[in-house]
Amino acid sequence: MLNKIIFIYFAAVIIISAVLMITRRNPIHSVLLMLLLFFHIAGLFVLLNAEFLAAVQLIVYAGAILILYLFVVMLLNVDKERSAKRANRYWPVMAGSGIVIAAEIVLLVARGKFAVDAGQLMKPGFGSVNALGVELYTNYLVPFEIASVILLVGLVGAVMLAKKVKE
Amino acid sequence: MIPLSWYIILSALLFTIGVVGVLSRRNIFIILMSIELMLNAANINLVAFAHYLQSLTGQVFVIFVITVAAAEAAVALAIIILLSRNRGSVYVDEFNILKG
Repeated sequence: MLNKIIFIYFAAVIIISAVLMITRRNPIHSVLLMLLLFFHIAGLFVLLNAEFLAAVQLIVYAGAILILYLFVVMLLNVDKERSAKRANRYWPVMAGSGIVIAAEIVLLVARGKFAVDAGQLMKPGFGSVNALGVELYTNYLVPFEIASVILLVGLVGAVMLAKKVKE
Repeated sequence: MIPLSWYIILSALLFTIGVVGVLSRRNIFIILMSIELMLNAANINLVAFAHYLQSLTGQVFVIFVITVAAAEAAVALAIIILLSRNRGSVYVDEFNILKG
């Protein structure tokens, strides 16, 4: 019961801050709402026995990616934002079809049969750093190395793109 | 305990909000953050299924998703800086230079 109340709190804050995030006029407010959202998603991860991922969510997503966004939003001036329209002219169609799609998925999932809890499958130490590290460095070693190459490409690409070109 | 379907519904709602954000906003920052929203919806789904199946594969994939999101954010923000330097705007409907 307590778990359900905690889940409903996290889910409510996630949905509300997501809706506010895509409707705010000022991008800085959006970034701060995104921060709130990431904190609550990390809370959900703790609820799902993924403590390491909760920490990664806070450190990498909230601490690195979001700060990068905040830097760039503040770097480019947002003065024009006050008077400009925030949505394009198709937004009522998009919002309407979004509501229809969401209602459809909710209806479909609510009518289906899904597991209520993990039951006897529960393993001790599931989701710990130890178990995750063993999994990552044995079965998923090649994808792990490829991920490091992706990060290197991203780093070089970002520096190359944002560099001022000498005339 | 919490049924698995609650997590699926939450992630579906979050994903739909992200899609609506991408399709209806003009500011390119909000569009990029909506993409992050969709990635997070997928992450919630992956972690929920990992928990209910007691299999670590889902959690490992979340790590890869976060890695790709970090690389994507860095490159995309560099492109935004370049775009706003060249075109003087952060609104996607003013980027119409490819239009014939």
